[in-house]
Amino acid sequence: MSNEITAKDVNEQDKALLIDIDNALANCSKCGGCMAVCPMFKELGVEASVARGKLALMQGVLSGTFPISANFDKAMGLCVSCKACTANCPCGVPADELIVRGRQAVVKARGLSPIKKNVFKLLQNRQLFDLALRAAGLFGPLSFKKLPRPMAAIARFPMPGMDAKRVTAPFQATPLRNQYPETVKVDNPKMRVAFFTGCTINYAYTDVGQSVINVLKANNVEVVMPSMQHCCGTPVFTSGEVDLGKTFAKHNIETFERYDVDYIIAACGSCTEAFKLEYPHMFKDDAAMKARAEKLSKKTYEISEFLVDVLKFRTDTLGPVNATVTMHDPCHMARGIKVTRQPREVLKAIPGLNFVEMKAPDRCCGSGGSFSLAHYDISRQINDKKIADIAGTNADIVATSCGTCRMHITDGLVQNNKDAQVFHVIQLLDKSYKAGEKK
Amino acid sequence: MQNQIIDALRTIVGQEHILTSPEDLYSYSYDATPGHQHLPEVVVLPGKTEEVSKILKIANENKIPVYTRGSGTNLSAGTCPTKGGIVMVMTRLNKIIELDSANLIAICEPGVIVMDLNTAAAEFGLIYPPDPGTVKTATLGGTVAENAGGLRGLKYGVTKHYVMGMEVVLANGDVMNCGGKNVKDVAGYDMTKLFTGSEGTLGVITKLIVKLVPAPEAKKSMMAIFKNLDDAGNTVSGIIANKIIPATLEIMDNATIKVVEDYAKVGLPLDAEAVLLIEVDGNPIVVEQEAEKVLAVLKENNAFSVQVAKTPAEVDKLWAARRASLPALNKLNTTIFCEDATVPRSMVPKFLRAVEDIAKKHKVLIGTFGHAGDGNMHPTLVCDIRNKEEMERVYAAMDEMFSTAVSLGGTLSGEHGIGLGKLQWMELQHGTTGMNAMKAIKRALDPNLILNPGKLVGEC
Repeated sequence: MSNEITAKDVNEQDKALLIDIDNALANCSKCGGCMAVCPMFKELGVEASVARGKLALMQGVLSGTFPISANFDKAMGLCVSCKACTANCPCGVPADELIVRGRQAVVKARGLSPIKKNVFKLLQNRQLFDLALRAAGLFGPLSFKKLPRPMAAIARFPMPGMDAKRVTAPFQATPLRNQYPETVKVDNPKMRVAFFTGCTINYAYTDVGQSVINVLKANNVEVVMPSMQHCCGTPVFTSGEVDLGKTFAKHNIETFERYDVDYIIAACGSCTEAFKLEYPHMFKDDAAMKARAEKLSKKTYEISEFLVDVLKFRTDTLGPVNATVTMHDPCHMARGIKVTRQPREVLKAIPGLNFVEMKAPDRCCGSGGSFSLAHYDISRQINDKKIADIAGTNADIVATSCGTCRMHITDGLVQNNKDAQVFHVIQLLDKSYKAGEKK
Repeated sequence: MQNQIIDALRTIVGQEHILTSPEDLYSYSYDATPGHQHLPEVVVLPGKTEEVSKILKIANENKIPVYTRGSGTNLSAGTCPTKGGIVMVMTRLNKIIELDSANLIAICEPGVIVMDLNTAAAEFGLIYPPDPGTVKTATLGGTVAENAGGLRGLKYGVTKHYVMGMEVVLANGDVMNCGGKNVKDVAGYDMTKLFTGSEGTLGVITKLIVKLVPAPEAKKSMMAIFKNLDDAGNTVSGIIANKIIPATLEIMDNATIKVVEDYAKVGLPLDAEAVLLIEVDGNPIVVEQEAEKVLAVLKENNAFSVQVAKTPAEVDKLWAARRASLPALNKLNTTIFCEDATVPRSMVPKFLRAVEDIAKKHKVLIGTFGHAGDGNMHPTLVCDIRNKEEMERVYAAMDEMFSTAVSLGGTLSGEHGIGLGKLQWMELQHGTTGMNAMKAIKRALDPNLILNPGKLVGEC
């Protein structure tokens, strides 16, 4: 008996990893409508970069034409998960989810890329992760130079896996959750909410977290930040590490279940989407976990959505913020949780603020979370289009609701020598309340 | 394919613009047509006319098939590389070279996306009217090669009415120019028209001179529901008899209405036999007058309900049902064949009833919608291509449908092209003499039969 593994055996094994999505893939009529909206295709112009091509490649594996190869892996990686293909598909094919399934098959067949493997290993251990990022904040000034604009830094010497000129968010010496008690009390609270901070806000953009707390306090809302909360899992999940993503989800569900709160809020489209949509979807085959995830999902709101639709935030104490502001809609806000009206309502409520729409505000900024780490050149090209649209508005400030978008757009503005600054929507509202106090 | 040929192609287009991995080849093995797939041996993306010329010279000398494509959105397997060889992707040639508002002309490279041309023309208050469903993705070169139509065919015509001239690389690599900016030009055979709609079988278009027209100042949209199909048919004839040429005149049949209503819940009565969508455009005063006349015709012909859009949002609402047609049909199963059999305008009700009977006879779900004003119907067959027994019935239904269209004085294809999808019925429409004449042209211009071989006119 021969123990030799043939190419056919490999193909058969790889086929098994995708067979369950055979029907879902067949629903793609190959009309190519996704080409009109895919930021990746706009830059690369080849079929394997767009959803139609990626879905076809999975069918190629299923037909036994080729195995889950290095090229297959590369093609699945070339996606910023902006969901534009899914939102515009006339056949209703959830292409973004299927691409994640393709990545999951890659992880099973070939393993994760070494860089991601190390990062995710660190992420897996909550305490170690916390320690590492706090150390990054303490020692950060040694390796990163602050730029003369808020929350922007550039590496002092070459960093592995990072473009030398790239502008990032500085890690903070004291993470957000260590700056406050677990519960931030107010006199006569009208409700109590749990704040899922997410990693970017806890470790880097603490200024956004502070504004969330200030704004909620200004509206008599008690805020609790569960200390055991951990990364939402989206970066791991979208990389194809589905099982690890589920571990994170379960941990966060168990953590937040322990708190008696009226609502759960987050100040990041992706983090909100994790609680609101992805957790229940992840556990679709586990009725008990699904029910628990759904219970939290119903209570979860993105901060602007919460302020406008639930809290009806007070506007009588707002002071002027004299600036021209444009808005970038993060992919997971626009096409994930579909929240684009509320951040605009928040901005338009601010006295003195002149709001100008940019062209295609919901077009991806090119960050794609960890995508920009692996493919900085492509993400820069996509972002340059966004910067041109921003420049077209002559705005002083770009408002957005996502940390990684903020970071990538800040980088783009610096690289393109533009003066505009980037803030989270909530920071501008915070500023307005503060201006109101001075009156 | 020999390595030395691939190396030569690499030298021509550069390392970045040649694809040879099995995965990349697979992703150029299909277009938007179900049921046709074949691997090419190499994919090249040229960036200049000279590169196209050099590629064709090599292919011609070595008798290698060449499949030219833009975005690959056609519905006739027109770009499927059925004999392997070279797939030549024209999308890098995507510049609008000139917008000449004095002569109402645009000169473009073939890879320009149709909508991008319209966006550029809009700045001058002009439009490029051919608007196939794929305007946002299809290339100008592809739509010219397929002679694509669209929603506005009745009033504005189709692609061939807008192509004034072109630069085209012949099979042996020679570069030919034909036509130009002249409105009147009778010098020689009309080569521009010959290459328009030639589906990549006669040459490779590398530059296009197209006509633009002033954008209409005003539009008015209406939707009418009919309980009887003949009333809808009489309405169409009545509108034309009143000397009104609407920009769009769309129809949906009962099968489509039922599917759309189930999917989108737009409020259509399930027993309606037809829905008409009518849009008149032009001078604001004339538009109002024409809309009045259309409303009178609708009343005369027992329209069950009539809605007139007053705001852009209402226009959008009226179009919701028509827009939902294809997605709604698509939702029902994994495969859809969206065909484009076309009949003279007056035959539309007869053809729709025939399609209904054919669907019943072969137990195939066929929803028909389309452009009632120009007789271009889209009978859409819903099926699962992996189900052999079902596919036999689907192909039998198609066969009967195309025969019916031809017998009503119609044509196999109004706007999607023949490619491979409808090749088997070509002789039925053109007869042996017609086919031989077309094959003679093919052999004269492409003696080694390298350009999209086996398509449109079949094997030569």
